[in-house]
Amino acid sequence: MPKINKNIICDSKEMDRILARIAAEIVARNKGCRKLALVGILTRGVCLARRLQGIIREISAQELSLGILDITLYRDDLANATHHPVLRKTEIPFSLDGATVVLVDDVLYTGRTVRAAMDGLIDFGRPQSIQLAVLVDRGCRELPISADYIGVEVPASPQDRVMVRFKESDGFDLVTVTPRSAFQGE
Amino acid sequence: MGFRRKDLLGTRDLSAVEIRTLLESAESFKEIAERPLKKVPALRGKTVVNLFFEPSTRTRTSFEIAAKRLSADAVNMSASTSSVVKGESLVDTVDNLQAMAPDIIVVRHKFVGAAHLIAGRIGASVVNAGDGANEHPTQALLDLLTISEHKKLEPGLIVAIIGDIAHSRVARSNIWALTTLGVTVRVCAPPTMLPRGLEEIAGVKVCSRPEEALEGADVAMMLRIQLERQDRLLFPSVRDYARIFGLNRQRLEIAHPDAIVMHPGPMNRGVEITSEVADGKRAVILNQVSNGVALRMAVLFLLGGQGS
Repeated sequence: MPKINKNIICDSKEMDRILARIAAEIVARNKGCRKLALVGILTRGVCLARRLQGIIREISAQELSLGILDITLYRDDLANATHHPVLRKTEIPFSLDGATVVLVDDVLYTGRTVRAAMDGLIDFGRPQSIQLAVLVDRGCRELPISADYIGVEVPASPQDRVMVRFKESDGFDLVTVTPRSAFQGE
Repeated sequence: MGFRRKDLLGTRDLSAVEIRTLLESAESFKEIAERPLKKVPALRGKTVVNLFFEPSTRTRTSFEIAAKRLSADAVNMSASTSSVVKGESLVDTVDNLQAMAPDIIVVRHKFVGAAHLIAGRIGASVVNAGDGANEHPTQALLDLLTISEHKKLEPGLIVAIIGDIAHSRVARSNIWALTTLGVTVRVCAPPTMLPRGLEEIAGVKVCSRPEEALEGADVAMMLRIQLERQDRLLFPSVRDYARIFGLNRQRLEIAHPDAIVMHPGPMNRGVEITSEVADGKRAVILNQVSNGVALRMAVLFLLGGQGS
């Protein structure tokens, strides 16, 4: 099997450090906010949101509400998808009216997922504001969307493959980028 | 993977994987009914035509609500107001509909195979909402969804279906779907209401007395006695039927202590089921109705965009 040249962007230790920084930024920016909530976008955004919830509990003794959002029904490419992706359950067990919501996802790329997620959130109520936290911003936006909290910026081309792995879902923490050139030898 | 059909015509040819995919998707759609804003944009711009050649309130309304909650445009056509009364044939009606480019057609017709005929002529997806005494797949699937809220759908589970099996498309669709999942189905009816050959289906046991069917059963599914068929002398009298086959409290005690009671509606209270049981703690009859909307949303969603 040919060895594929993967670049490790961050390992477990580095990820812990990054998440601690994002958590601190969220706390600092929303000081005095009475209704602060985290909403993770399925699947890995939820892992990330749970981690942030835990860190924030430790550093500021605040217990933030946690919601889970499945954006499948809000996707803009449903009509031409050859088969439907598996639908999972959205769970937002608290009122979003007047809340400050931090939307959490693993990778920010075209911005279409975030657009769909915002449409989804607004169907549940009228948040005071929506902020966006991502572990990796890989650029190549197709919509005017930017993140408020960014773990790492990885300038990648659309052909590159960015992968995020979490202990909870995959057994280990890792972010890698596999450049396009690595596939050409395959 | 999952469910990749153009049409849903019956449960007979569905695989266990397809059934479970439909049920899991429906599970996710339940949540939408609890939102303040009960609408998602998934089928925006799609047209769903409800083509009902037989009277129906529950099923048609359920499909209409399901389509609207997915943002599809739902159009209702019923035989009494359509050109059918002017003598148009089914094929002509369908060709005319096709010319208006709908995406999904939900059809109910008194003839077996009507939905299959339409599906073969048209590019749109077709959902069978009842064809004669043959199949009513979405009712069976919503029944399975309701059972799965209380019991595990797996070998070992016992479902008793009691009533007019011969004329029931609900019974047929349930028998196919349940046996595909390995569930044991006991059927019980007066001999005039039992189709031949049932016992040859793997997993089906024919019982002559309701007590035999109910013993230790996890689910008691009662079917509607079609009183309008009374003139065909399928049973001596309504009172006799109620006494021998009706589900009352005493009879329900023969079933498993946690057994649930189901009925596809509309109910004849005091005939196939007593009010005491129908309104009792173990009845899940209204859950069936709520689940019907979620299940039909899943069906429309999974079919939407598959046709052309």
